[in-house]
Amino acid sequence: MSTAARPDGPGTMAALALGDDALILAQRLGEWAGHAPELEEEVALANIALDLLGQARTLLTLSGDEDELAFRREERDFRNVQLVEQPNGDFAHTIARQLYFSTYQELLYGQLAGGTEPLSALAAKAVKECAYHRDHAEQWTLRLGDGTEESHRRMQTALDALWRYTGELFRPVEGLDVAWDTLEDTWRASVTGIVTQATLTPPEGPQAAPWAAGAGRQGVHTEPFGRLLAEMQHLHRSHPGASW
Amino acid sequence: MVTGTRADMTALEAELWELAGSVPDPELPQVGLAELGVLRAVHVTGPGRVEVELTPTYTGCPAVETMAADVERVLHARGMPEVAVRTVLAPAWSTDDITAEGRRKLAEAGIAPPRPLRDGAAGGAVPLTLAIRCPHCGSADTALLSRFSSTACKALRRCTSCLEPFDHFKEL
Repeated sequence: MSTAARPDGPGTMAALALGDDALILAQRLGEWAGHAPELEEEVALANIALDLLGQARTLLTLSGDEDELAFRREERDFRNVQLVEQPNGDFAHTIARQLYFSTYQELLYGQLAGGTEPLSALAAKAVKECAYHRDHAEQWTLRLGDGTEESHRRMQTALDALWRYTGELFRPVEGLDVAWDTLEDTWRASVTGIVTQATLTPPEGPQAAPWAAGAGRQGVHTEPFGRLLAEMQHLHRSHPGASW
Repeated sequence: MVTGTRADMTALEAELWELAGSVPDPELPQVGLAELGVLRAVHVTGPGRVEVELTPTYTGCPAVETMAADVERVLHARGMPEVAVRTVLAPAWSTDDITAEGRRKLAEAGIAPPRPLRDGAAGGAVPLTLAIRCPHCGSADTALLSRFSSTACKALRRCTSCLEPFDHFKEL
């Protein structure tokens, strides 16, 4: 494997971690194309995926060659949190994942925007996009939670199921100057507020699975991630160097 | 920021600015890159050599590559053999960077222009609670259908008076 695929140094590793979060979530959201509950929602999810893909391209380019990094790394070399690789599930699972992650990403970029170049430039731009992603997730959480008995039940199930992946979001990333405790407190207040307003119950219990030793930031991923990578990478790997 | 850059331009740079600035946005062909606020700078760095700075509206905006190619083509045609287009992120683009003329053209094309985020943007102090007017009939009675529309930069709305759907360039 080329050196481009194995960046080192705290700065580039941090950009890689955030870039992988954005790339993998973009890939997951892209899977909704052709399957979303309504046309407007399909367009919305594709647009959010596009924002994330743009962020990923900028961040991966800070770490090396974007195509090399996206298409030629093995599972263990990816540094995304496990939350973003979780399958779409039903629509409620996708919204729960969006609620947890977009709230986190907006707060994280908000802090990084006041930090140092080159991450601050991307963060200052992306934080405005994330605000729309969070708003989208919050509006759906309210509709599903405070909707029918069935939508309420599904939204609660999704929030509970994904809660175990939220602890990892607040583990410090080397090279990022972030007040992680403040980030976590603000995140929890924000998510709890929306969940409660949606007549749902904020999940309790551990925010990490007992077997999640280190987890995604250390390259340890969950079982569905391998299949995601296979789909994302197979074309590039089958036709190395091909172009349009 | 943009006007400050423009004040320092040479006559040639001003001419190239006009050319590059008139290149239409591939997804909003009614509006030029200067009116959209994505053209940031034009520097002539040597005989026949020019450097152009563009800033994307959204990080993932797929139109940026087309814009860069179009700018290159237009400036080549003007006799500049070496054209380098750079993408800059900071300061982040805002819908406040769309000029008054750009807003007028958006409305004319049936796209409700973004509301100002800062006082004084686009020429006047306007309160943030300004209603989004239907670009077809002018009614302020409109409803949001989806936060994301044909492109990431637009939301889909419907006029409750004339019942026509329309795009709104959402504030960023």
